Amino acid sequence: MTPRHPPLLPLLFAAFIAIPVYWLVTMSFKTNGEIFGGLTPFPAAPTLDNYRVIFSDPDWWMGYVHAAAYAGLNAVIAVSVAVPAAYALSRGGFRGTRALLFGLLAFRMMAPAILLIPFVEIFTRAQLMDTYLAVALAHCFFNVPLAIWILEGFISAVPRELDETAALDGHSTGRFLIRILVPQIAPGIAVTAFFCFLFSWVEFLLANALTVIDIKPIGAIMTRLGGVMTADVAVFSAASVIGLLPGLVLILAVRKHLARGFSLGRVT
Amino acid sequence: MLSPVKTAVLLAPALAVMTVAGLIPLAIVAFYSVHDTFAGNAFIFVGLEWYRQLLATPEFWASLGRSLAFALLALAIQIPLGLAVALKMPSSGWLSGALIVLFALPLLTPAIVVGYLWKVMSLEGAGLLPFAAGLFGGRWDMNAVATSWATLALMDAWHWTGLVVLLCTAGLRAIPDDHYRAARIDGASRYAVFRHIQLPKLKQVLLIAILLRFMDAFMVYTEPVVVTRGGPGVSTTFLSHELVQTATIQFDLGEGGAMSVLYLLIVLAVSWAVFRVIMPRPERSDA
Repeated sequence: MTPRHPPLLPLLFAAFIAIPVYWLVTMSFKTNGEIFGGLTPFPAAPTLDNYRVIFSDPDWWMGYVHAAAYAGLNAVIAVSVAVPAAYALSRGGFRGTRALLFGLLAFRMMAPAILLIPFVEIFTRAQLMDTYLAVALAHCFFNVPLAIWILEGFISAVPRELDETAALDGHSTGRFLIRILVPQIAPGIAVTAFFCFLFSWVEFLLANALTVIDIKPIGAIMTRLGGVMTADVAVFSAASVIGLLPGLVLILAVRKHLARGFSLGRVT
Repeated sequence: MLSPVKTAVLLAPALAVMTVAGLIPLAIVAFYSVHDTFAGNAFIFVGLEWYRQLLATPEFWASLGRSLAFALLALAIQIPLGLAVALKMPSSGWLSGALIVLFALPLLTPAIVVGYLWKVMSLEGAGLLPFAAGLFGGRWDMNAVATSWATLALMDAWHWTGLVVLLCTAGLRAIPDDHYRAARIDGASRYAVFRHIQLPKLKQVLLIAILLRFMDAFMVYTEPVVVTRGGPGVSTTFLSHELVQTATIQFDLGEGGAMSVLYLLIVLAVSWAVFRVIMPRPERSDA
């Protein structure tokens, strides 16, 4: 099924994806005067001023640090609790396996808006508002199910004989998980952690609502000016370009597993 | 086979996190939906009163209808487009790899950046869309309902069609070469190959893509809030936006709770459909 002619449709679609990205990148090297002075394909006088604004003002660049911190914490929590759970679901064969998998799936599909108010309520009472832990925990409602589903696929590919041999060798289940299973599925754990990080990184509604002053993530800083996000297009474009980079790194790192991450491990 | 005690211990950490980050919040929402309150202090049980009120509210039905319309519009554009692109993808080589990387980029772009990008795309005096419309002697008037919807439809297609391409490409690559060779020997037409070899293999992948895309489009929040702020008027105020406004701006916990529970029922229904596709029977079949 190798087409002998150039793949026209994929290339046209690629242009549709790439043109806005290219245009965003060029704007980040332009001045506002040039951006609003008519369409130019290249920056007339490329400038790094927009990036300088961001990296010289902690109010700006700390936004990336905060987002990376709660997303990283979320990935650590989600993967740590998901590994034993995924192992139990893969090997257990207990009653209620299907019900549990369905419950997890339903949370993966849940609209964040549904949980917004109770999260604010819970984290206010627990005095966790405006902390990394609050956002990291909130994002667990979609990332723990995702991690369990993906890891279950990886663990089910590990032969059961490995469990039995380890048991005969006198390994407890805990030791087996840490010493034998985790190294076996290390690539799967990396893929899962990457996806948890990124799905936390791209979320906005909860991350914005659960942060007040101290740890506002980059997205919230971009909307701080409310509806006037277009007040400084040049700087905001630079901020957006930086926001794209973690996704790009992830894609390059796990490009063989991309379909898995978006389909709960069901399409490989 | 693990003992029940071991199973419980292994599941406990995940269940504890899901209780705090999932079940308790849902219980609170359900509690709000059957109580009335003054400033969140004293709660009075009111039964299904909020549901009755909500179901009699035209704004609720209107935003639900808009969300459904948006989700169906997203499907109508992205599923055929994504499938068509996947069918024409080069099967290997650097071009195929580069295209996949490019198509995946919007999927992992922060929601706020997607919204910002398309807000500027549609901005008079700077954006590509007004510029493109100008080439044809038209205007890209974001005060017009149709233009706002077109912008959001384009944005969502830009954001998510890559997912359909990604899943379908993976599905197609899972088809062994033998099948194509056999079809060639039989002299099967291009359509026959699609209808009898590719489509059956793609059925499950396509269903997953349809359901995932439906759900995400149905609960979209950040991007339209940034691009159109729900306008002009309320023409692009979708269900999530309506819910957030009810709960945080009007601080109407009862009505917000009732809306959340109805939203939850839709989520459960779609999730059940997904579940039936990916876990057809107790014996797991290969995806």
